[in-house]
Amino acid sequence: MLAEGKTPFPPSVEDFFLPGLGGQPWISKITVLLWIGVALVILFFLLAYRSPKLVPTKSQWVAESMYGMIRDGVAKETIGHEGIRFAPYLTSLFLFILVTNLWGIIPVAQISPNSHIAFPTFLALLSWVMYNYVGIRKHGFAKYIKLNCFPPGTPLWIAPLLVPMEFFSNLILRPITLAIRLFANMFAGHLILLVFTLAGFALLGANAVFIKPVSIVAWALAIVLTLFETVIAVLQAYVFVILTAAYLQGALAEEH
Amino acid sequence: MHLLYLAADETPNPVWPIWQELVIGAIGFALLCFILMKYVFPRMEETFRARVDAIEGGIKRAEEAQAEANALLEQYRQQLAEARSDAARIRDEARADAAGIRDEILAQAREESERIIAAGRESLAAERSTIVRELRAELGTLAVDLAGRIVGESLADEARRHGTVERFLADLGEGPTPAQAGGRR
Repeated sequence: MLAEGKTPFPPSVEDFFLPGLGGQPWISKITVLLWIGVALVILFFLLAYRSPKLVPTKSQWVAESMYGMIRDGVAKETIGHEGIRFAPYLTSLFLFILVTNLWGIIPVAQISPNSHIAFPTFLALLSWVMYNYVGIRKHGFAKYIKLNCFPPGTPLWIAPLLVPMEFFSNLILRPITLAIRLFANMFAGHLILLVFTLAGFALLGANAVFIKPVSIVAWALAIVLTLFETVIAVLQAYVFVILTAAYLQGALAEEH
Repeated sequence: MHLLYLAADETPNPVWPIWQELVIGAIGFALLCFILMKYVFPRMEETFRARVDAIEGGIKRAEEAQAEANALLEQYRQQLAEARSDAARIRDEARADAAGIRDEILAQAREESERIIAAGRESLAAERSTIVRELRAELGTLAVDLAGRIVGESLADEARRHGTVERFLADLGEGPTPAQAGGRR
């Protein structure tokens, strides 16, 4: 992140794309962080749940309460009782996004893989495929499309206006907004942290002596914003999951 | 839209996904999903169920124990009441028996005492009549002796001859009974 001598300020898109090993994108900081994140989640859950007990140990309790939070707080709450079968997927999704988001504030890593749109895109596409699949399986293709484009009970004369809008918003736009919301939050978060951290160095390196102390203010703000980013990281993971759950619920519901 | 992965040194477009990262994200996420969904979440559901079972089973067991305890208590109460009525009955019987025995003993004692008294009276009367008989004989002898002394000659043979004394005494005996005569004397 820091270049010796000259500080690259202001930060640019290039700061998000450090070259991978040997210039290819397969093994880069982003993908390594992703693998480590996945490994950490898997390891934690396997270790915490290697011998589950009725009265849980601390780590078992933590693992259980994460699953329980998504299971009861999101799947059951949003979709209803039949939503419990989606709880494992929603929890995996939540944990994946949470861990990859949190890389954005962890020292040394300090960039979230989700600030590369590829990962949010994949996750959003998966959610899109899933809720459409579930809906079509439940209602049949024609009825599902009809339910999504023309909500029952709306007056017929509004159909020319409503049908394209509903179609576009329910079946096309949803994965795009899902992906962009997550990506943009992580991208902007990283950019903001970069701005304040790099600004600190830029101010320190300024020619005028009286400007140098201002760099402390910039770094203090970077720390505050890092804490803020923590909240964003958790919140965006939650939002992504709860929206997926809501789309699943909409696909399963008889009426919209 | 400009494809970003064409050249490595070119700055990629941040809103266009790098396909290699799509692949890696897919594999990573699939791996995470697979392992958690296969080895962790089903076991969690199992644990949740076992926990619910344990709690509900515990409540049920407690209820059963409570019911059993209530039944036992009821049984004991019943037994206690039975025992009490038994005790009362036995006491009553004992009291009745005791009264019967006492009456019997009293009756026996009275009988015995009467018998003893009667025997005493009898022997008294017998003794008395013996004494009276002896006295009569003595009295006759003494009276004849006395009369003989007064008259100056022996009347004994005379009296024996005529049975004077016996007649006199028989006259005496004809009047009042010896007991009455004794009582008057």
